[in-house]
Amino acid sequence: MKKRGLADRVVKVITWGCASCSLLGLGLITLFLFREAVPLFSRVSFGGFLFGAVWRPTSDPPSFGILPMVAGSALVTFGALLVAVPFGIGVALFIGEVLPQGFRDLLKLSVEILAGIPSVVYGFFGLVVVGPWLQGVLGLPTGQTALLAALLLGVMALPTVASVAEDAVAAVPDSLREASLALGATPWQTMWRVVLPAAKSGAFAGVLLGMGRAIGETMTVLMVSGNSPVWPPSFLSPVRTMTATVALEMAEAPVGGLHYRALFAVGGVLFLFVLLLNLVGELVAHRVRRGA
Amino acid sequence: MVTKTRPVEVNQRIEAEAPAFRVRNLSFFYGREKVLKGITMDIPRHRVTAIMGPSGCGKSTFLRVLNRLYERIPGAKATGEVWLDGENILDPRLDVVALRRKVGMVFQKPNPFPKSIFDNVAYGPRIHGVRGRRKLSFIVERALRQAALWDEVKDKLKRSAFDLSGGQQQRLCIARALAVEPQVLLMDEPTSALDPAATAKIEELVRTLSQGFTVVIVTHNLQQAARVSHHTAFLLSGELVEYAPTEELFTRPKDPRTEDYLTGRFS
Repeated sequence: MKKRGLADRVVKVITWGCASCSLLGLGLITLFLFREAVPLFSRVSFGGFLFGAVWRPTSDPPSFGILPMVAGSALVTFGALLVAVPFGIGVALFIGEVLPQGFRDLLKLSVEILAGIPSVVYGFFGLVVVGPWLQGVLGLPTGQTALLAALLLGVMALPTVASVAEDAVAAVPDSLREASLALGATPWQTMWRVVLPAAKSGAFAGVLLGMGRAIGETMTVLMVSGNSPVWPPSFLSPVRTMTATVALEMAEAPVGGLHYRALFAVGGVLFLFVLLLNLVGELVAHRVRRGA
Repeated sequence: MVTKTRPVEVNQRIEAEAPAFRVRNLSFFYGREKVLKGITMDIPRHRVTAIMGPSGCGKSTFLRVLNRLYERIPGAKATGEVWLDGENILDPRLDVVALRRKVGMVFQKPNPFPKSIFDNVAYGPRIHGVRGRRKLSFIVERALRQAALWDEVKDKLKRSAFDLSGGQQQRLCIARALAVEPQVLLMDEPTSALDPAATAKIEELVRTLSQGFTVVIVTHNLQQAARVSHHTAFLLSGELVEYAPTEELFTRPKDPRTEDYLTGRFS
């Protein structure tokens, strides 16, 4: 009895320790990120940084406008959502409403595998297969465009959207489906007019989380988006995202220099974006799970 | 003349006016388990027929055969015949959408859609192709009046159905079923989740509804069966033990098992 009490206490201390470590880690990363970034703004105005249209960190004088990269990230992310949202929600409805029980787990598993593919594999696939194909079909000077990045990111964000939306679909009480069917609605009408509206806030959470996934993705966009740090004239031109900028330039920026600090500031902007998306997304998803 | 099975003999005491449903030798299976055992009965038109029996006797299953809602359950199978308007509704070629327009259903727990009061009632007409605000408004008002809910909600049709009390929600579900103008209303223990006052309102409504609709109500509440129905069927372990005019069944049960049930010897 006494021994058991001791073991309980030890386990409690260990789990508390682990939990505090992850919190501490998060806190330290945040602190470090902003500590490295903030001195930039003694030399560069905040507005000029966020809304400046020219990114020439190594010129003399240097210019640190991240707007082209914000635009690149936005373009690629929204493009990804155009792929991930309809397909993700479609997959969720298909799993929850159409497939017979036995096949559900199979499809769920394959969606999860999709989430487990390393991003460099997506990037490689985009680079050697999808990119050249797009280039040929659309007659572009290069296949490495916002469109290509958006397509791949869309597929990568799809599992996030699908699995959260699928939870929401599963949380719709069966009594609503019965009510609809008993009124003479077809399963199709029931799905569109009852299940989907009832699951919409959960599906929305999935969209936000998928967006967070897409905006933070680095390796794939680095490989396939063309990385040109200028204002993107169209969806069919090369772009550079915020993530790719940090990844590309960090190695060549002297530690403690302005360029170095500017890259940390880009990281800070990304961090705040993704934090906000995940916070709102988790909040909505949590409410859905509790059946609110 | 000697009749072999009791149900047919019993049925002869149910009035001869063309019945809504003719159930013939209906058996029902969940996988290998036989839940209904060769039920034969006529359900009269424009009357309230109560199906009573202890939990697990198959009464809810019986109801779900009448609108083929049982089909959602994998491994469920019905044999025999159930005739409605000259069609055997167990025929696999039957149009279930058309059947369910004719045979509406109200469930144990109120299950309004997470939509406005108006949109709940208008749901059925809309899926069946009724368009136009005025036409829908007319149907919604009529259905809510039939369900004795109109006066309570007429000023807040745009409010969420979840703002209503449990009893009001159940009457909303009745209005929703009536809005598609069914001939038959199936009610699966419609008051089991309600308080006595709300229950009394629903029971009163059920009695009124039988003027225009055929009502089949499942209940495990004896008093309720006695209060609302014209005819009562007693099911036990999937078997139709006795089926007679309600007063007769309650005062002069023919079968000793019915008597045992009525006197509370098993529940």
